[in-house]
Amino acid sequence: MAAKYQKAVAVEKEHAVVDGVDISGHWNRMFEQRTIFEYTPDLIEKIADIPNAESFANCYQCAKCVPVCPVDVVGNYGPRKLYRYAQTGTDLTEAPELWLCTTCANCLRVCPKEVNMVKIMPAAREQAILDGKFVPPELQQAFENTAKSGNPLGQPQRKRDAWIQNAGVSIPIIKDLGRPVDVLWYVGSYPSYHPRGIDAASAAARIFTALEIDFAILGKEEKDDADSQRLAGEKGLFEMMAEYNIETFNKYEWKELVVTGPHELNAFKNVYPRYGFEHPVLHYTTFLARYLDQLKPLLRHEVNVKVTYHDPCYLGRHNGEYEAPRKLLEAIPGVELVEMARNRENGYCCGGGGGGMWMDSFTAKHTKMRLSEKRAMEAASTGANVLAVACPFEVSRFEDAVKSTGNEHMTVNDILELLDRSMRGV
Amino acid sequence: MNIVVAIKHIPSIADDLPVKGNNIDFDSVDFVLNEFDEQSIEQAVLVKEAVGGTVTVVGVDLIGELDGVLHLALAKGADKAIKVTADEPGADSHMQAKWLAEAIKAMTPDLIFTGVQASNDLDGQIGPMIAAYLDMPYIGGVSSVEAADGTAIVTKEFAGGMAGKYSVRLPMVVGVQAASKPPRYAPISKVRQVAQTATIEKVDPVGEASAGLAMKKMAPPVMSGHAEMIEGSAKEVAAKIVELLKNRGLV
Repeated sequence: MAAKYQKAVAVEKEHAVVDGVDISGHWNRMFEQRTIFEYTPDLIEKIADIPNAESFANCYQCAKCVPVCPVDVVGNYGPRKLYRYAQTGTDLTEAPELWLCTTCANCLRVCPKEVNMVKIMPAAREQAILDGKFVPPELQQAFENTAKSGNPLGQPQRKRDAWIQNAGVSIPIIKDLGRPVDVLWYVGSYPSYHPRGIDAASAAARIFTALEIDFAILGKEEKDDADSQRLAGEKGLFEMMAEYNIETFNKYEWKELVVTGPHELNAFKNVYPRYGFEHPVLHYTTFLARYLDQLKPLLRHEVNVKVTYHDPCYLGRHNGEYEAPRKLLEAIPGVELVEMARNRENGYCCGGGGGGMWMDSFTAKHTKMRLSEKRAMEAASTGANVLAVACPFEVSRFEDAVKSTGNEHMTVNDILELLDRSMRGV
Repeated sequence: MNIVVAIKHIPSIADDLPVKGNNIDFDSVDFVLNEFDEQSIEQAVLVKEAVGGTVTVVGVDLIGELDGVLHLALAKGADKAIKVTADEPGADSHMQAKWLAEAIKAMTPDLIFTGVQASNDLDGQIGPMIAAYLDMPYIGGVSSVEAADGTAIVTKEFAGGMAGKYSVRLPMVVGVQAASKPPRYAPISKVRQVAQTATIEKVDPVGEASAGLAMKKMAPPVMSGHAEMIEGSAKEVAAKIVELLKNRGLV
C-alpha cells in the first residue's frame, strides 16, 4: 500500500562533538536529531477510539505477535503490522486487512502489552459495517442467511433436525419429551446441515446412546449461536440470535448444555452470560472424557491409523481444553497419536474463526495460500494418515485443503467419527 | 425525485416446495423478498443518494409477514413503507400489479422500480402491468439508472453480453435486472431499530385482475434422466472418460 506520509531521512554526521568531546568516526557516527514527520497518530486513534478497541494504541512495536500470527505465515499480517499500516496512512476500517484476522488469539498469548485483537477486530468491523463500508459479499451472505434462516448456510429452519432420521438411533427432541433431561445437546448449524457435519452429529448420537446418557436436542427450535458473526462484526445479529437462543434454552429443564462445536462453547460459556444466561456448558470432548471408563469397553474394534490432532483455536487457546481430545484419541485401540510442531497453546489456526469460514475466497485473494492448506501440509509432514479435528468448521475446510495440497492420502475425521468407528467396527 | 419501489413477497425455493391441492402449500413454506426486488431497492436508493428525493416501498402483504421485508428496505435507505393487506397468498402477478398500481396512483411518482421478474410466476408482468395501469412507459432488463431533472439515462441488457443506453423522459416504470452496485448490507442493529420505530402504512386492495389462467394441477417435475456417476480408481475413471469421448467422436 502507498504510504501517505513521507519517510524520514536519517542524516549521518562526519564529525560529531558531544559535550566538548570529539567523537567522530564512522563506528559511532551520530544521527541528526530526527523530526518525526512520517506519520500521525490519527488513524491509530481512529481505531483506538472505538469502544472495545482501545488496546490497539498499546502496541509498542515489539513484533512478538508477527511470527505467531497464522495469517502472517501465509501473508503479510499481524497486529504490529496493522499498527504500522495505520501509522503510515491506512484506514483499517476501509482496508482488506480488516477482514483477514481469524481472532485465533495467538498474538494475545505473547503480547506484553495486551493488545487484544479478539476485541479490536470485532469492534472495528462493527464500525465499518455501521458506517456502510465494504463488507466481503460472501460474509454479507452468511449474515443475511443467519438473520433469515437461522443458520449461515441458508438452509430451511424446518429441516434443522432432518438428519436425525438416518442416525441409526432414536434422538429425542426435548419439546416432545416433555420432561427434564440431564443433557441438552446443542447440535449446531454445520452438524445439522453439512453432509460431513451430519456424519459427526450421527456419530455423537450413537455414542451418547451407547453410554446411556439422558439427552435431548432442540430440533427445529435450535438456531445458530452467531458467535462467529459477532466476531466478524455483526453484533446486532449476534444479540438477536442470543435473545432467541436464551429464551429457548430457558423453556426447558436440563442440567448441562453439551455442544458439538468450540464456537458454540465460546458463545454460550463466555459471551451469553453477559446477556443473562449462566449454565454449565461443555464441549463434547470434555464431556466424553468424563465417561472414559465407560467408553473404553465400548471401543471394541481396532482403528489402525496414525493420527495427528488439530487444536481448534476456540477449544484450546480460548477455552483451555487441550487434553480431553487427546485422551479420547488415545483411548481408541490401534490409534497412534503424533503431534504437529505447532500444537496446543501454539496451535495453528484453520482460518475458519472470526468469520473466516465465510470469507474463504476473499481471504485467498489476500494471502499466498489458505490457512487450512498450510495446516494440512503441516499435518501431512507428521506422516499421519488421519487428521483428527474437534470443530464442525474444520472437516470441510481440511478436506478441501488435503485435496488442493496433494495430500489425499490423509483423511479428515472428527474425533466423534473415529470413536464411532471403533465402537461399531465399520 | 419521488421514487416508488414495488416489491413482491414470494415462496422461498431454498426448501422443497410442498404442494397442496392445485397450488403450493402456502402454510408450510417460507416467504422471501424476490431477489430482483433486492436489486431494485438498491437502485432506487442509489438514485435517491445521487439526486435527492424520497423512496417509498410498497408491496402486497400476502401472508401477513411483509413487515420484516419492509423494515429491511427502510434500513437500507427507503423513507416510507406501505403494505397492501390482501392476505391472499395465491394472488398472481396480474392481480398484484392491479393492487400495486391502485396503491401507487395517488403518489404521482417520477420513477417506479420493480424487479424485472420473480422466480414464482417468471412472467415479468408486474412492471409492464403497473406501467399500463398508470399510463407510463416501461423499460425492463435494466442494469443502471442515472436520473436527472425529468429525464434519466438507463442501461438495458440484451442477450450475448450486449447493452443499450437509453435516454428516457420521466415518469416511467423500470424493471431492474441488477442495480449498478451490489445491494448494500443493512446491519441487524439498524433493522431492529427501524422495526421498533417505523410505521408501516396499510392500504386495502382495490380492484380485480387475473392472468386468465386457472391452475389445474401442480406437481414436482418428473425426472427425465440423470447424471451417470463413474465409479472406480482415478485410472479406471480416466480410462472410461477417454472411452466415452472416443465413442461420441469428440476426440
